[in-house]
Amino acid sequence: MKILVAVKQVAALDEDFVIGADGRDVDAEFLIRDLNEWDDFSLEEAVRIKEAAADPVEVVVVSIGPEEADEVLRKCLAKGADRAVRIWDEAVAGSDPIAIARILAAVARQEAPDMLLAGVQSSDHGFASTGIATAGFLGWPHGAVVASLAYTSGEKSAVFRRELEGGLLHQVTIQCPAVLTIQAGINTPRYASLRSIKQAAAKPIDVRNLADVGISAHEVGEQGSLSHVRRMYIPDKGHAQLIEGSAAEQAKRLAGIIRAFKGEA
Amino acid sequence: MGGILVIAEQRRGELRPVSLELITAAQGLRAAGDAVAVALLAADPARLVDPLKVAGVDEIITVQTAAAEFDPDAFEAAVGALISARSPSVVLIAHSIDSFGYAAALAARQGFGFATDVFKVERIEGELVATRGGYGQKVCVEVDFPGRSTVLLAVRATMFKAPDRAGSPAVTSFAAPSVVSRAEGGDFIEASAADDVDMTAAEFILTIGRGVGEEAKIAQFRELADVIGATLGCSRPIADAGWLPKSRQVGQSGKTASACRLYIAMGVSGAIQHLAGMKHVSTIIAVNSDAGASIFGVAKYGIVGDIFEIAEELRRHF
Ligand SMILES: Cc1cc2nc3c(=O)[nH]c(=O)nc-3n(C[C@H](O)[C@H](O)[C@H](O)COP(=O)(O)OP(=O)(O)OC[C@H]3O[C@@H](n4cnc5c(N)ncnc54)[C@H](O)[C@@H]3O)c2cc1C
Ligand SMILES: Nc1ncnc2c1ncn2[C@@H]1O[C@H](COP(=O)(O)O)[C@@H](O)[C@H]1O
Repeated sequence: MKILVAVKQVAALDEDFVIGADGRDVDAEFLIRDLNEWDDFSLEEAVRIKEAAADPVEVVVVSIGPEEADEVLRKCLAKGADRAVRIWDEAVAGSDPIAIARILAAVARQEAPDMLLAGVQSSDHGFASTGIATAGFLGWPHGAVVASLAYTSGEKSAVFRRELEGGLLHQVTIQCPAVLTIQAGINTPRYASLRSIKQAAAKPIDVRNLADVGISAHEVGEQGSLSHVRRMYIPDKGHAQLIEGSAAEQAKRLAGIIRAFKGEA
Repeated sequence: MGGILVIAEQRRGELRPVSLELITAAQGLRAAGDAVAVALLAADPARLVDPLKVAGVDEIITVQTAAAEFDPDAFEAAVGALISARSPSVVLIAHSIDSFGYAAALAARQGFGFATDVFKVERIEGELVATRGGYGQKVCVEVDFPGRSTVLLAVRATMFKAPDRAGSPAVTSFAAPSVVSRAEGGDFIEASAADDVDMTAAEFILTIGRGVGEEAKIAQFRELADVIGATLGCSRPIADAGWLPKSRQVGQSGKTASACRLYIAMGVSGAIQHLAGMKHVSTIIAVNSDAGASIFGVAKYGIVGDIFEIAEELRRHF
């Protein structure tokens, strides 16, 4: 039995970042990288399914990214993944979520898992597209924004609740293998122990290129994408009037606003 | 063919407000001669046609679905068939939980131009250009769709005003292909009322976000909220961690601060799903140590600083 978990190395911005010379992305020097928040939850969900299973279950994490993405894969290995796969090729640069999904689908065809878990969205660009696009390429059943999941590995179906606007839940019974996108809060992700972090550092990462997964260069990158970035820019900071001064002065002003509000109420 | 197709959204027999916002978004894209058609997928679509009869809609297309509620396979098949039949140049859908469940699969399989969480759409020198946020909304990203004859855009809610004039569009129907669903929808379960507080009725809210750092620090803000007379609210990660009940979560998957007139957000970055529940509040005050946090984009007043220092100093005044 096998569960494949797609994990992304996301980027947050350093203070005083600048847009790079081509005007289409932030200068890479100002990117702080980490495991996507949602992927922590989907990995934990997979590890729990494994731990609850009567038969052996392998949890495989896969990331499409350059060498630096090894860092998030190691984090996942430390938190209970059994094996890590990373796919990269220079041609992948500039891929949108759909091109990434095409690669993930190819990996899923090779690995043939019983279930594929992805995050609802990535914290940097919030596309909320990759997991469900992967299901589209595979032709697999799919469910998005899964807030609770009842699944025993190897079963032909799973029951989950998708979380709708306003927190309303909708129960769904889905055929497996399926692709599910996991919502934050579905569980409480574990911390990796120092010992498991050390062990993970020594584990190999299975690096494959496009040819290894049977994809050609024109199917990825900008050519294989459904959108193209024209330009990136820093928006107008909006209209917030900044309250300056020491913390004491700022708090005094804030207290004044609260008092005025209550007086008028 | 061309034209613009809008996919309206319903849930449990009610039209979702974003459906009307999409109609407004469509008007801005209309080229000469472009018709705007609005499709409504539901078990009994005729019941929901009237609210869609607004200015700017040329045609309402009712699509009867087998299931009463959203079904990913049925929606992908129906919208796909409708697009094949009508060949619209632009299809507008909501960036909503339902569309998360099928739009990307449809676009991927059909090769439509595709972008999600779009908050601005325009034509620049004839080219369709969509704008979305990036890196936690700290940047704007303009995307285009070279070579794509049909572009599917998932548009963020509350960015466009609903049309305010009535119209008299033609009403037609379209037969959805029959599909065997592999993901069968069942019951709806209301989020549990774990707390007695009603965030929707609160006029003054003090919300804490992940900036609070640890559970032990919550008490300090609960006490502060009490003395200043505010209702304590939170962002999603605080509720997810179980530090405060879900009933206090403000945002898209939580509560809307409908009655609120003063909203103090401490240690909240301003993710769009949080803003969905509070950006309408007339006076928003944000306290955040990151001067670039996107919450300052909706706040009336901003304090760049440490929430613990500000909280401690504020406490002295009450
Ligand atoms: C389908 C869906 C639905 C969602 N629904 C909701 C919802 O209803 N409500 C919601 O809130 N979120 C929701 N989210 C999650 C949302 O995307 C964000 O992840 C979340 O809002 C972030 O919460 P935050 O601002 O508290 O945390 P963060 O984004 O981590 O921000 C923490 C902020 O605190 C600041 N900070 C840190 N320490 C300090 C300090 N000592 N002093 C001052 N500032 C400090 C940081 O600069 C940062 O800006 C949803 C997501 C999805 C995908
Ligand atoms: N480069 C990537 N490698 C592996 N998985 C990815 C990658 N990009 C996105 N994903 C998956 O898609 C989810 C985020 O979706 P999206 O917001 O569409 O980027 C993540 O939680 C991952 O599960």
